[in-house]
Amino acid sequence: MIPALQDLLRQSRRVLPTGARTKPALTAVPEDVVLVDLTAHRGIVEYEPGEFTFTARAGTPLREIQEALAAHGQYLPWDPPLAAAGATLGGTVAAGLNGPGRLRFGGLRDFILGVEFLLPDGSLHHGGGKVVKNAAGFDYPKLLAGSLGRLAILTELTFKVFPAPQSRLSATLAAGSLAAALDLACRLARSVHDLDALDFFPDGRLLIRLAGDEGTLQPRLDRLRREAASAAVEAVSGTEWDALQLLKWVKVPVTAGVIPALDADLAKAGLDRRYSVAGNLAWIAPGPVLGEILHRHALPGLALEGPSPCLGPWPAVPERLRAVFDAEGKFPGV
Amino acid sequence: MSFLSALKSLYPPDRLLLAPAELSAYESDGVTAFAVRPRAVVLPVTADEVVETVRLCVREGVPFTARGSGTSLSGGSVPVENGLVISLNQLNRILKLDPVARVAVVEPGCINLAVTKAAHPYGLHFAPDPSSQQICTIGGNVAFNSGGAHCLKYGMTANHILGLKVVLADGQVLDWGGESLEMVGPDLTGLFCGSEGLFGIALEVTLRLIPRAEVFHTLLAGYDSPERAGEAVSAVIAEGMLPGALEIMDRLAIDAAEAAVHCGYPKDAASVLIVELEGPAEQVESEKRKLAEIIARSGSLEHRVARDADDRLMIWKGRKSAFSAVGRLSPDFIVQDGVVPRSRLGEALRRIGELSRQHGLRCANVFHAGDGNLHPLILYDGRAEGELERAEELAGEILTMCIEMGGSITGEHGVGLEKRAFMPQLFAPADMELMKRTRRAFDPNEIANPGKMFPEGEAPSLRLYGLHPLEKQGILSRE
Repeated sequence: MIPALQDLLRQSRRVLPTGARTKPALTAVPEDVVLVDLTAHRGIVEYEPGEFTFTARAGTPLREIQEALAAHGQYLPWDPPLAAAGATLGGTVAAGLNGPGRLRFGGLRDFILGVEFLLPDGSLHHGGGKVVKNAAGFDYPKLLAGSLGRLAILTELTFKVFPAPQSRLSATLAAGSLAAALDLACRLARSVHDLDALDFFPDGRLLIRLAGDEGTLQPRLDRLRREAASAAVEAVSGTEWDALQLLKWVKVPVTAGVIPALDADLAKAGLDRRYSVAGNLAWIAPGPVLGEILHRHALPGLALEGPSPCLGPWPAVPERLRAVFDAEGKFPGV
Repeated sequence: MSFLSALKSLYPPDRLLLAPAELSAYESDGVTAFAVRPRAVVLPVTADEVVETVRLCVREGVPFTARGSGTSLSGGSVPVENGLVISLNQLNRILKLDPVARVAVVEPGCINLAVTKAAHPYGLHFAPDPSSQQICTIGGNVAFNSGGAHCLKYGMTANHILGLKVVLADGQVLDWGGESLEMVGPDLTGLFCGSEGLFGIALEVTLRLIPRAEVFHTLLAGYDSPERAGEAVSAVIAEGMLPGALEIMDRLAIDAAEAAVHCGYPKDAASVLIVELEGPAEQVESEKRKLAEIIARSGSLEHRVARDADDRLMIWKGRKSAFSAVGRLSPDFIVQDGVVPRSRLGEALRRIGELSRQHGLRCANVFHAGDGNLHPLILYDGRAEGELERAEELAGEILTMCIEMGGSITGEHGVGLEKRAFMPQLFAPADMELMKRTRRAFDPNEIANPGKMFPEGEAPSLRLYGLHPLEKQGILSRE
């Protein structure tokens, strides 16, 4: 498969990799761009449960990886979204998407260990390694996470994995208002409760998840309830999290400090939203005014649907660095 | 205006070192085998001074090396012949500590442990904890992607850096990342971490702070062989546990630590294993029972659990002082930092034992067993004819073994000057070339810390290994 991809790249003037196309905004490009389909380049190449690592081809569906890991009691702690929609590993890395579970141990940038990639000139490269700890060479795995397929074509990825918790327990907390929810979220996030996930909503409702050994979670929730005295705590089914699996809203990295003013503008514009990762990530329903709102708050946003993936002020990639990867300018801009 | 007079117009005399006696303190870092006299040392106190200095170096084509406390274990902060050393120790402020957002913004010369101390009142800490954390700086941690004893669960320095203000080696000042755990676009912050000073200098570093665990459970077990201790580690992993730390030491390391700090390790064991569980009380209580069963089945000679916080610190003191303590057994030593797949730890240790016998040198082993990061410590006497050469040969053979086993030449110390010759064994020519081109994107004139990571260029002459002055004082240890 790699030689065929190399031929295609060498013959094409403009190129862009694609996976399962679950995030169509990333591949909404002019017709003269040759879409390099990676979905046939799939399969787990190596999986060593005792090493906490696996290597898979970029076109491998996340679900296939999650099933293989689950058979050995392991999981992807960064909790990738859109797995249920059929997203591939490569596409998820290129988009840089994490789910709510990234709160506890970190996001995909923290679990990616190695990459194999093609450059548009057809050359094949490796970065990082296959062991869980490695400080040799430049960290291309991190650089390419979130690069939207515009720096390199990911072909194979190595990840660290963790043992899956024996059980999970979800609960909602009614804080009453967004300001109270934000305050409680920040308090819980720096507490000893070791939350597995923490999202909250404009109406002041928090959705939390604990993860750990059988029999330990109810006592932990009881303890948390005592500390969050002002909010009514109610255990709920874990399916509360499923909505995020299929959500194709705009990803906006945020901090606790910007949420109140941002939320006021979003409310005024009538845009639905939820705040994930204890106030580090906003998922916002797309709308024509969203780009302008993001500009006003100096926040970049990643759209998964629509004519372009980039909303608001995007961070610049130094031109000389871009040219190292794509000297002939074969990748489309964003 | 000459380079020197330009420096004099930027710095007052007390922050511009030119005299040989003053420069000698900056000739070496933690790898004392390398020593290069720089042309001058400057001690900036503001980020603007750093930027002006870099721009001056660009105009004059003078190579520079940024340096913190000089604790590099790969020769990463050894100066360049006739180059400038930009010493960042006075740029050491914590500019911001936000317990609500759980971030800190610090200057590059800020001491690693100072961050955790400042975050402590809020129940937070900065997770990367290299053994030199009492003196090593955040700028150095970023440049070499430093590790510590908690990397399997928490990752390395790069996993805790959210944003950077940098001055690139072409004089541009850029901001990357931010204060959010999330980001969009290529991760330039992540690329800068571990770039060994070859792109430029970090001026401000945004750190992620995480909550300190509620409860710790620290267990120390003795075994009749390091292999058996390694099997116990595999059993812990197979049980689906994720301890905060899993550390192994062999007999030579135990003896040294015991003599140095009287840490109360088992007297007859060929190796000891330290396992530390951490987390919410209920979870640790549950894992404690599982761990007790695993240890009972693991054929340990004896084991004990830390009674209280002081006892826990004593167990860790033995581990953390092991390397400087081993250094007392021998006039000179080399510490290596290779990584092997965890399941091959036993095999790797046997092979290191064989290799050290073949070379007629003693080798102590202290390692991060959870992530397969070996720290073989090769003892030799630099005054004995040919011993340094034999020690270097042995170190090289151990690195080659790590590569052959599918591991890496460095887990947390970086490539630096010391291991650059091994990079082509780890990376194909096309990958080395891409790295060089990447470096030139940020440093077109190759003036930022040249000679590190890439095998080309003049190697500074080796001199005899010996203890770093700070090691002799017991301040610095190699890990």
